[in-house]
Amino acid sequence: MTHVLKIENLHVSVNGKSILRGVNLTMNHGETHALMGPNGSGKSTLGLVIAGHPGYEVTEGSITLDDQDILDLEADGRARAGIFMAFQRPISVPGVKMADFLRHATTNVRRPDRKEGEELIAMREFRKELKQKMEQLRMDPEFARRYVNDGFSGGEMKRAEILQLAMLQPKFAILDETDSGLDADAVRLASSSIAEIGREKMGLLIITHHDKLLEHNPPEFTHVMLGGRIVETGGVDLAQELHSQGYDRIRQAHPDAERANQEMTSDDQAELAVG
Amino acid sequence: MATDLGIDQSQEIGDINKYNFRTESQAVFKARKGLDEEIVRQISEMKNEPEWMLDFRLRSLEIFNAKPMPSWGGEIDIDFQDIYYYLKPSDGQEKSWDDVPQEIKDTFDKLGIPEAEKKFLAGVKAQFESEVVYGSLKEDLAKQGVVFLDTDTAVREYPDLVREHFGKVIPPSDNKFAALNSAVWSGGSFIYVPPGVHIEFPLQAYFRINAENMGQFERTLIIVDEGASVHYVEGCTAPMYSSESLHSAVVEVVCKRGSRCRYTTIQNWANNIYNLVTKRAMAYGDATMEWVDGNLGSKLTMKYPAVYMMEPGARGEILSIAFASQGQHQDAGAKLVHAAPHTTGQIVSKSISKNGGRSSYRGLVRVEKDAKHSKCNVVCDALILDPQSRSDTYPYIEILDQDVSIGHEASVSRIGEEQLFYLMSRGLSESEASTMIVNGFIEPLVKELPMEYAVEMNRLIQLQMEGSVG
Repeated sequence: MTHVLKIENLHVSVNGKSILRGVNLTMNHGETHALMGPNGSGKSTLGLVIAGHPGYEVTEGSITLDDQDILDLEADGRARAGIFMAFQRPISVPGVKMADFLRHATTNVRRPDRKEGEELIAMREFRKELKQKMEQLRMDPEFARRYVNDGFSGGEMKRAEILQLAMLQPKFAILDETDSGLDADAVRLASSSIAEIGREKMGLLIITHHDKLLEHNPPEFTHVMLGGRIVETGGVDLAQELHSQGYDRIRQAHPDAERANQEMTSDDQAELAVG
Repeated sequence: MATDLGIDQSQEIGDINKYNFRTESQAVFKARKGLDEEIVRQISEMKNEPEWMLDFRLRSLEIFNAKPMPSWGGEIDIDFQDIYYYLKPSDGQEKSWDDVPQEIKDTFDKLGIPEAEKKFLAGVKAQFESEVVYGSLKEDLAKQGVVFLDTDTAVREYPDLVREHFGKVIPPSDNKFAALNSAVWSGGSFIYVPPGVHIEFPLQAYFRINAENMGQFERTLIIVDEGASVHYVEGCTAPMYSSESLHSAVVEVVCKRGSRCRYTTIQNWANNIYNLVTKRAMAYGDATMEWVDGNLGSKLTMKYPAVYMMEPGARGEILSIAFASQGQHQDAGAKLVHAAPHTTGQIVSKSISKNGGRSSYRGLVRVEKDAKHSKCNVVCDALILDPQSRSDTYPYIEILDQDVSIGHEASVSRIGEEQLFYLMSRGLSESEASTMIVNGFIEPLVKELPMEYAVEMNRLIQLQMEGSVG
């Protein structure tokens, strides 16, 4: 069965201020989609809303995964249903070792019906798999012993996110600027890692400004977001055009969305929780 | 180990109501309720004590009666006449678990003490109500001259050693509850480690209150002679009753030159226990004293382990974890007195408040005049889990010498929405995520505990966290 993530007419506000204004997007399992757009156009918000961030209010529309409405699920329910988001700015959790955190997360995602307190996946099996995934991503084994994102460099954080992606094997993954703050080598490593995990095994929504990430993971679809809506959809050539020429053409072609975008970015609150 | 990915078992979850059970136990002697000279004399007589100890008790009772209740800390509402001060559970102390009365042995079996002894302890004392009912010490340690006894027996068998130090580190006049303990004390551990002897595995005592309206007043005295070292661990539990019980211990530690003592406490009282404990150590030249103090449960805990650094090179370290939940007030902290030059102190305190619980850090750092080149660092962090809960910090710093270095950092944080969301977006439920954040918060202290206690500590936190998220 092919999994489908479908977003229909999605409207979202924060503190009464409208940020998404009718997003439509359908992704099939195995497809890679690029989501591009100028700052403040709502890209990260869309990712966070799909992942279930409690700070956003969905005022209209729906998100379904294989025809199941996921808007009623909390973030953990969505993760267990097969949604994953790599954060633009991952949050640190001091004192919690990566390995312990990942063992919990992996167990819950693989056994969605697990109740709190029930057994975790066997230690040996888990260690073996984690070790193998870390080798594949060329990560120091010491990494597993460090505290979640605590004192990580920008590059380490992003690689930790990719490791989580590799372990959790979601049906659909959103990568929110997984390339931001990385130097060219790190971007190359990150993008080839994603390719190695096997993007054909999931649906990927890549939010990016960078063509390197897309070079290793060429999107079948490119969506451009402006003013809280997807205003254009094209193929890989659209991504290339935006990367080389910027958003001027898009802004001129969609004056309503451009006006909405300016309204949104003029207010600091639009940046809320983008991190 | 190359394959070790740093996973520990500490997140595993055990049974839930491990401590809240009561044993039907018939005491062989129960003093009547209430506190007066007659009761004190009765206790002393039951124990067949020397005259000096009876005098010490009677003097302490006078001090107790004369002293007002502390005007700070938590609210204490104790009817001192409604408490049993002495309850003797069995006829004597056994050296084999098989000889301990069945119902008492069952209690300690449930608490896992005999099993722990087999696995990783050098010696064990188990106290039930007022008396130690079981005691053991590895033979090779006994041969090296290590003494590990209940304090009552030590008074009889090592009168000179006991008399030299008993009540000297903490005199009865120190505070009202130290005076109370001094008047009615019973049980507790006495440890003597001869010069140069290092005890590799911990010695452990377990204190169990089983009866209602019971007062437990154990008295522990540890003497670590020159260049020796010991790690002593105590655990405390009690079942839940409708009326309050009182635990008021006194712990005195003497660390002679070049010695090292670590005293680890993990208390998990039912939340109708008043836990009012005085703990103090004297550290002499180049000696190191460490208190690792974990406080969970109780209605009110007031406990501030102290190190007096008496000679140059002495070190005092206090690590404290307090967890206050509904109806609980943890007034915990630490006290460091730099009484000599070149002494070094450190306090790390972590407190967690949830479901309307209140935790306070109360700490004192005092640097005496001429304690030059002394260093002290204090870090206290508080984590508040919900808006109903409360955390306060009362740091007192008294510095009488200029030539010293003192640092103090304090932070208060709330579990952030972003942290919760991050963990939940990886499939952790809200309560699993909160528990993980809390365990992470105390991890710097938990990793100081021996493995077995670290597992226990995390498990206790887990139990405290259950149902904490509405």
